[in-house]
Amino acid sequence: MPRPTARSSRSNRQTRLRYLSLTEGDRERMLAAIGVASVDELFSDIPEGVRYRGRLDLEPPLPEQELVAHLTELAERNVAAGEELSFLGAGIYDHYVPAVVDSVMAQGQLLTAYTPYQPELSQGVLQAIFEYQTAICELTGMDVANASGYDGTTVAADACFVAKHATGRSKVVLCETLNPQVRQVVKTYAPGFGLEVVEIPHRDGTTDPDELADAARDAACVIFQQPNFFGCLEPAPDLAAAANEAEALPVAHVDPISLGVLEAPGKYGCALAIGEGQGAGNHQAFGGPHYGFLAARQDYIRRMPGRIIGETTDTEGERAYVLTLQTREQHIRREKATSNITTNQTLLAIGGLVYLTWLGPHGLRDVGELCTGLAGYAKNRLGLPLLFPNRATFKEFAVRVGRPADDVVAAAREQGVNPGYPLRRDYSGMEDALLVCVTEKRTPDDIDRLAEVLAEVAA
Amino acid sequence: MKLIYEKSQPGRRAASLPRHDDLPAADIPDELRREEPPRLPEVAEPELVRHFAELAARTFGIDTGFYPLGSCTMKYNPRVNERVVAHPGFRDLHPLQEPESAQGALEVMWRLQEILCEISGLHACSLQPAAGSQGELTGLMLMRAYFADRGEERDTVITADTAHGTNPASVTMAGYKLQKVETDARGNLDLDDLRTKVNERTAGLMLTNPSTLGLFDENIEEVAAIFHQAGALLYYDGANLNAVCGISRPGDMGFDIVHINLHKTFSQPHGGGGPGGGPIVVRDRLEPFLPVPAVVPDGDRFRLDYDRPKSIGKVRGFFGPFGVFVRSYAFIRAYGPQLREMSELAVLNANYLLARLKEHYELPFDRLCMHEFVLSARKLKREHGVTALDVAKRLMDYGFHPPTIYFPLVVPEALMIEPTETETRETLDEFADAMKAIAREAAEKPDLLRDAPLGRPVRRVDEVKAAKRAVVRYLYEDHPDLSEEPVTAAAAEAPKGV
Amino acid sequence: MAAPESYPDELRYHAQHDWARIEDGEATLGITWFAQDALGELVHFEAPEDGTTITKDESYGEVESVKAVSDVIAPLSGEIVAVNEKVAAEPETVNEDPYGDGWLIRIRLSDPSEVDALLDAEAYRAVVAEQ
Repeated sequence: MPRPTARSSRSNRQTRLRYLSLTEGDRERMLAAIGVASVDELFSDIPEGVRYRGRLDLEPPLPEQELVAHLTELAERNVAAGEELSFLGAGIYDHYVPAVVDSVMAQGQLLTAYTPYQPELSQGVLQAIFEYQTAICELTGMDVANASGYDGTTVAADACFVAKHATGRSKVVLCETLNPQVRQVVKTYAPGFGLEVVEIPHRDGTTDPDELADAARDAACVIFQQPNFFGCLEPAPDLAAAANEAEALPVAHVDPISLGVLEAPGKYGCALAIGEGQGAGNHQAFGGPHYGFLAARQDYIRRMPGRIIGETTDTEGERAYVLTLQTREQHIRREKATSNITTNQTLLAIGGLVYLTWLGPHGLRDVGELCTGLAGYAKNRLGLPLLFPNRATFKEFAVRVGRPADDVVAAAREQGVNPGYPLRRDYSGMEDALLVCVTEKRTPDDIDRLAEVLAEVAA
Repeated sequence: MKLIYEKSQPGRRAASLPRHDDLPAADIPDELRREEPPRLPEVAEPELVRHFAELAARTFGIDTGFYPLGSCTMKYNPRVNERVVAHPGFRDLHPLQEPESAQGALEVMWRLQEILCEISGLHACSLQPAAGSQGELTGLMLMRAYFADRGEERDTVITADTAHGTNPASVTMAGYKLQKVETDARGNLDLDDLRTKVNERTAGLMLTNPSTLGLFDENIEEVAAIFHQAGALLYYDGANLNAVCGISRPGDMGFDIVHINLHKTFSQPHGGGGPGGGPIVVRDRLEPFLPVPAVVPDGDRFRLDYDRPKSIGKVRGFFGPFGVFVRSYAFIRAYGPQLREMSELAVLNANYLLARLKEHYELPFDRLCMHEFVLSARKLKREHGVTALDVAKRLMDYGFHPPTIYFPLVVPEALMIEPTETETRETLDEFADAMKAIAREAAEKPDLLRDAPLGRPVRRVDEVKAAKRAVVRYLYEDHPDLSEEPVTAAAAEAPKGV
Repeated sequence: MAAPESYPDELRYHAQHDWARIEDGEATLGITWFAQDALGELVHFEAPEDGTTITKDESYGEVESVKAVSDVIAPLSGEIVAVNEKVAAEPETVNEDPYGDGWLIRIRLSDPSEVDALLDAEAYRAVVAEQ
């Protein structure tokens, strides 16, 4: 067992009282008011057989500066973005998070507020979520969005649940080009939901609409990703049309950063649009917390899981916001709820709203164009064979490095560059495939450096 | 207050982005290109900052004042936790980067896992679930996998009639049938009722202890025996763990699977609705089924173990909400074994408040409480025609966030109050004085309650109109003016959720 | 706005708070005053489609208020011949006139003998008194 890395401090009143206000005098008065002689008596209902009389085997309390030193030491043992030139993507992205996002998310009332069940005390949070819902609907071309899901994987399970109840069918079709973790989470939820999961393979990096049409027969929904996990652009309108033909709901799993440049799913026939919001306004944070988004056409509003904020007025006719359609949710519907979700990812979604507001419509387009421009520069500059040369891409693309990609990553990292994600970790027959991600945080000089390093370490 | 969209003016922009010359044009096919830009707001940075500052000002948080929401554990969120989690060494890590380059992060996770095992009195932990509800669902999935592995067919899970709504919702999502067991006059599970319901088809029990009534089940050992004798499992909903850290451990009570709410007991800020964290801790025979990957020590290093053939799979991306782990870990390290004192003071504060309030409101269960208690405003309704909802709204005028109302369902006109350990005695006295004053107002000036709140940015909100019209986004030129529609009857007595 | 409490004598009732008006092999169905009072003002009626078959004692739809959602239980079996579009558009009609304009569906009875199992107004009032 690793040794504790902080010096233990002798426990004293100072270390433990800082979050606790009661003094000895307070305690005595309170015990007298209650009518018991000691704090221990307050626990007299607990049967002795389950009463823990030991002392928790935890290290002694740390005063604040030692706490900070301990956590700092742990943080400094990690190689953060910025310490290594990274082209790692594959679902979590190093996009620029502007200072205003951090400052808004640090505002004490937003940070420490609970779910807005008392609307008169929560108009700020409620309005923020309403604005977020609006932004997601605008990006995706949909009519209704919820107040967030846990992440980009669980919203796929949510979408399957909606589709099953809307169509009465229990088969769901997932494209192989959909993020592997998204597929894995859907499969984990499937037994409980009574879903049969079918996957369709990629064809040269994208999905064949005819194969999808076949698989979509008797399916509740089809989930495809745009851009897909390989960074390739799917023939999304054709995929949606094929699903609609088969009366399966087309569900697009989309990258919010792409939606200034790529068409909104609502405009090409999708029933639902879902995705991982992290790239739009959240730090990478080793995988979370982030926010998943889920948006749908009006038809599905009553089947939507999660919280939804609606506009209304107060008794004086003033505009106000409130949690609405709560009969879908667990605290009323209980076992018939559309989901069990309660705590969601509100603060992270507000971060997303701040980011999208910071960008505005032209900024979102510009970020998208920057990413594709830089990725295009990288494709040319690297001079490595593309895994899918016939496919258009967005901000990620797969190259072949001529030898096992994990070895190339290890060798490149010795030179301070993380060149990307080895696709062999999720796909067979891709031993030397490396998924390279280029965001607006990379420069042409960075890409030149990547090219240099790969020239050395690739075969 | 205007929406950000209403403050938008074409041509304004807050973002500044890098420019590079001579980048190749994107090769996006025309049929995939966006035709119309999304109608995001166009504002410059000063307006953006002011807008969100105003939204914050219109939000009541723990930082603002007393927030005694039962079963939510609205304790102070330490600022040092925000400082440590913002360190780039945590904030700027990619979850797919090589584990050797994230050893500090993996160590935080492993240490937190060990701590949660110690607090629960159980053996193995997964930090993956994103919230308590997801922890519940994960725990139920573990039950399914466990019984499937043993070749046993069990189809029913039992919950208490006082259970939080997530319990039955999770049971359904996991594909189980639901059975409810009643609560007796003492506030414990009714053992006679329970014995008739537990059989060889029972997969398990979902229970929180202390219950949502704030009462420790005095027969918990017998309850555990009934389920274990039938070969079933016990699941602990950790929502009320704040009452018993270091005082009673769920594993010792007989629970086999526990979820912990990091945003309740362990101070992750609620953020207006989330994020949270719902790690699960299990008895060793359930360890093989935990989600992947597991964080395991490997000599003096840590690695991610995906080789778990019996795992249920993944319930969420990557390892879970890592930023939440850092804050909770920091919180726990500030207390160490003195977490026990945290729970003792939570229970002391609750009993003190109960002692001060019980003469003014009805107390359905005449027992010492744990970290929370439930009162009923039924007498006020009968005698003066004012409800728990009215009391809650009037409390806002006194500067407090109201307690949870209309939950648990077994108590009419319920007020569920959880002060937590971080409040001063003076605050509790002020709250008790306000509740006493409101009880008097109910008798003498009931309109003050019915018209409340009087001092907030909005008056009572028309929830019926909201549900009927379902205006769930800004509609620009088509946005309706809802003030032109009549006000419907006052806000319904909906269970206000926890 | 809500109607005063009443349980008309000419109707038949189901213990789960639904009523039936039987005429010429068809029955008009709805929810009782007690049900609408417990729910509060209705905001939504999730109606079944014309032509679907409903079965006695099973749910054929849902009604929703702000605070609750409730299954609507079929007192009798049959094929749906009409759905009340007025209630679908203005669900609060059920609160205003639960037995008149607030009817929900009309069915052609598949087994008229099922009527015998229903409660008369007197018996149903007794059920309500026990709630």
